[in-house]
Amino acid sequence: MDDVVLLSRIQFAVTAAFHFIFVPLTLGLSWLIAYMEWRYVKTGDEMYLRMTKFWGKLFLINFALGVVTGITLEFQFGMNWAEYSKYVGDIFGSLLAIEATVAFFLESTFIGVWIFGWNRISKKLHAWCITIVAFATNMSALWILLANGWMQKPVGYVLRNGRAEMVDFWALVTNSYGWTKFLHTLTSAYILGAFFVMAIAAYHILKKSNVRLFKVSFRYAAVLALASSLLVLGSGDFHGVEIAKVQPTKFAAMESHWETKKGAGYPLIVVPDPDNERNAIEAVTIPNMLSLLAFHDPNAEVKGLRDFPKEDRPPVMITFLSFRLMVAMGMFFILVSLAAVYLSMRDKLEANPWFLKLMLYSLPIPYIGVQIGWIVAEVGRQPWAVYGVLRTADGVSKSVEPIQVIMSLIGFTLLYGTLAVIDFYLLKKYAKKGPDEDLTEFVKMTRV
Amino acid sequence: MEYQIIWFVLWAVLWAVYFMLDGFDFGVAMIQPFVAKSDAERRVVLNSIGPVWDGNEVWLITAGGATFAAFPTAYALMFSYMYTAMLLILFALIVRGVSLDFRGKGDGERWKSAWDRAFVVSSFLPSLLFGVAFGNIFRGLPMDAAGYHGNLLSLLNPYGLLTGVLFVLLFAVHGGLYLAIRTKGDIMVRSQNLAMKLWFPLFGIAVAFLVATAFATKLYDNYLSAPVLIVIPVIAVAALLAVGHFARRNESFKAFSASCVTIVMVVFTGVAGLFPNLIPSTLDPLYSLTIFNSSSSVYTLRIMTVVALIFVPIVIAYQIWVYRIFSERLSAEEIAGDKHAY
Ligand code: HDD
Ligand code: HEM
Ligand code: HEM
Repeated sequence: MDDVVLLSRIQFAVTAAFHFIFVPLTLGLSWLIAYMEWRYVKTGDEMYLRMTKFWGKLFLINFALGVVTGITLEFQFGMNWAEYSKYVGDIFGSLLAIEATVAFFLESTFIGVWIFGWNRISKKLHAWCITIVAFATNMSALWILLANGWMQKPVGYVLRNGRAEMVDFWALVTNSYGWTKFLHTLTSAYILGAFFVMAIAAYHILKKSNVRLFKVSFRYAAVLALASSLLVLGSGDFHGVEIAKVQPTKFAAMESHWETKKGAGYPLIVVPDPDNERNAIEAVTIPNMLSLLAFHDPNAEVKGLRDFPKEDRPPVMITFLSFRLMVAMGMFFILVSLAAVYLSMRDKLEANPWFLKLMLYSLPIPYIGVQIGWIVAEVGRQPWAVYGVLRTADGVSKSVEPIQVIMSLIGFTLLYGTLAVIDFYLLKKYAKKGPDEDLTEFVKMTRV
Repeated sequence: MEYQIIWFVLWAVLWAVYFMLDGFDFGVAMIQPFVAKSDAERRVVLNSIGPVWDGNEVWLITAGGATFAAFPTAYALMFSYMYTAMLLILFALIVRGVSLDFRGKGDGERWKSAWDRAFVVSSFLPSLLFGVAFGNIFRGLPMDAAGYHGNLLSLLNPYGLLTGVLFVLLFAVHGGLYLAIRTKGDIMVRSQNLAMKLWFPLFGIAVAFLVATAFATKLYDNYLSAPVLIVIPVIAVAALLAVGHFARRNESFKAFSASCVTIVMVVFTGVAGLFPNLIPSTLDPLYSLTIFNSSSSVYTLRIMTVVALIFVPIVIAYQIWVYRIFSERLSAEEIAGDKHAY
């Protein structure tokens, strides 16, 4: 039984994290492409069409994996987490079903029209298709994050007949935790999309291929990056405040905060020592800062981990490190996107090749950022699957044998590993290749 | 009417529509090696389902999601008891999705033929396994207070396999007829012929299935107590005969429509016999999962009904719109010049 729990947790983490390699790019890039295509519709300038098609190709290669890896997650709740599914299906299942009905259908149907409809529908309608796709992917994020938000802060339910039953749908839909999560996740995904575009644009500007097209792409992305990185900081701060209130154990683990204190300070340098329930090193402490961050009140009391029974505490080290790193990245994004906006608005990109190189090599950073953000959220929620309501260990399927999960975990690792390699190869191939040169034939074919 | 009953019907409709739609996606893939002889022709096959397969697959996600939301216990047990079968379906669906998308994006013959093969296998496997899974649901699973007493091999019993073969043939004929109405030239002719030839074994297996159902399952008990239900299998058989009739006369559109009706009615035939069970227990009816002992609260069902009533018609409307946009027949010659297709 314990083996099944551990294996299922690893499998869930691996498959969810893998899904979330592709999803954030979809969320952000779809809007940028929609904007580019609308520019084409408005100006008739063929450059925008080439731009749309170039980024669209990369978008589609990425999108395919987002789609196929999503089904795994949907099935997995029943396969590996049967007790969880029985216990919370009333609520959690409904949100998933709504997501499929209101978002997945839209997105998967209109992406088909967008890919294949170039010479079958009018230009405007075609631009509408990608706009609908962008909207629908964002909607799907909303519903899944409301579902996840409910696991973090359960609302609108009662425990009855041995499970959680929904009593207030409105409370589920307006759960503040889910909405903060939505805002924060979306804006972090936009950062990722924007950095993706800037990195590849930087590569081509450095190589002096299609410079005009890529400078314009870069500028759009830079603006999105700056706006989003400010919003990520803001929404992240909100998140922290809410967590301090509803999940004190997670908050304490994020900060490696052991002793309950009023007016707690914020040590910039910390080395946790979880075995002895303390920090080995704490230095450069900003007085009252932790209380301020947690409750927007410098004198508030912040609960320490020692106040909670051991079996209710999440793993400290990984939560703490992930959180610190995420925040550091947040600061980095703000600085870099400020520079990106400035340099691209003033047309100084080519004069600063070092900056373009920095942008190119920064590409992995937002990917790491979104992953560790989820580690904070999910590992920090442990040992609960639904905070305060259902422990992860109680959610696992009873009928599944360890050997089955071992086999499926091996299968997923091999399959996903292979797909990742192929996907990376294709993305790289098309990113390097650059836009198609001549689209005059194609323009003739499209209907106006 | 009770909400549990409404959701039982919706549950059946969602799965039936899923099989009706993704069924032809699977079908065209399974018969691709027999009807497409050149690279351009293989591309025609891919592009015939290119714009729609993902939208079709979402019916599965919705059917799964609706099972989860309306009958959480049934969702949990169905997926965890059939763990390995579901896993294989999942792997196949993943490979199917990427093989459509990746085939045209790499270089070289080996790349293409590898994805072609993957496409065929990954469409055959779910067709078979969905059949096996539903066959076993119709038959019931060995479960009692102690839980589940089966494994992958016990799912592969004769009745389960028979249902699996039935699904494979249903989808193959369905896919052939779909290609017959979506393509022109050699592919169209070959698909028509193949669908016609496969119709005979399909009919045989369908009769065998109806007979075996009497021995392997308790589905017909409901038909004895409510004889009106007989219309469902009667329509199924009539539609299947119509498929053969129209296919022989090369009236492909009518044949394809009849094939849609056949698939839906085959699913309904089984599901009508299940009521009020979702998964019967073969050990003791006391442990059968019924729509009453495995459902969500009435409150949840009510909310979900509102959502379904508003959004499902909208979905159907825009999906029909998409089928109409892409109703032109495809040919190998035109596809060769189209860079924007698969
Ligand atoms: C580019 C990525 C990125 C960046 C720079 C940040 N975040 Fe973040 N963060 C995420 C990407 C992310 C995420 C992947 O999107 C998460 C995971 C779950 C969620 O809601 O968003 C997340 C989760 C997350 C959580 C936990 C939510 C939970 O437990 O449910 C907190 C408290 C913060 N973030 C706070 C911050 C703060 C104060 C930042 C300072 C700038 C910050 N994040 C930057
Ligand atoms: C896509 C981004 C996500 C990532 C990267 C992610 C990551 C993780 C990780 C690392 C764990 C393991 C925690 C542990 O065992 O210590 C986990 C557990 C889990 N997560 Fe997520 N998660 C994501 C999204 C979601 C969402 C959106 C939901 C629900 C809607 C969800 C539901 C769960 C559940 C049910 C578990 C159960 C197992 C457990 O708690 O260990 N996750 N996730
Ligand atoms: C653990 C919970 C999750 C489940 C069950 C899940 C389920 C799915 C499914 C079934 C699909 C395929 C839809 C299709 O066929 O078109 C999908 C795609 C998608 N998911 Fe998830 N997902 C999860 C986590 C997330 C998270 C955390 C986000 C975003 C914050 C997200 C956003 C998306 C988006 C935008 C798509 C469509 C675009 C793409 O495929 O790249 N999902 N998901």
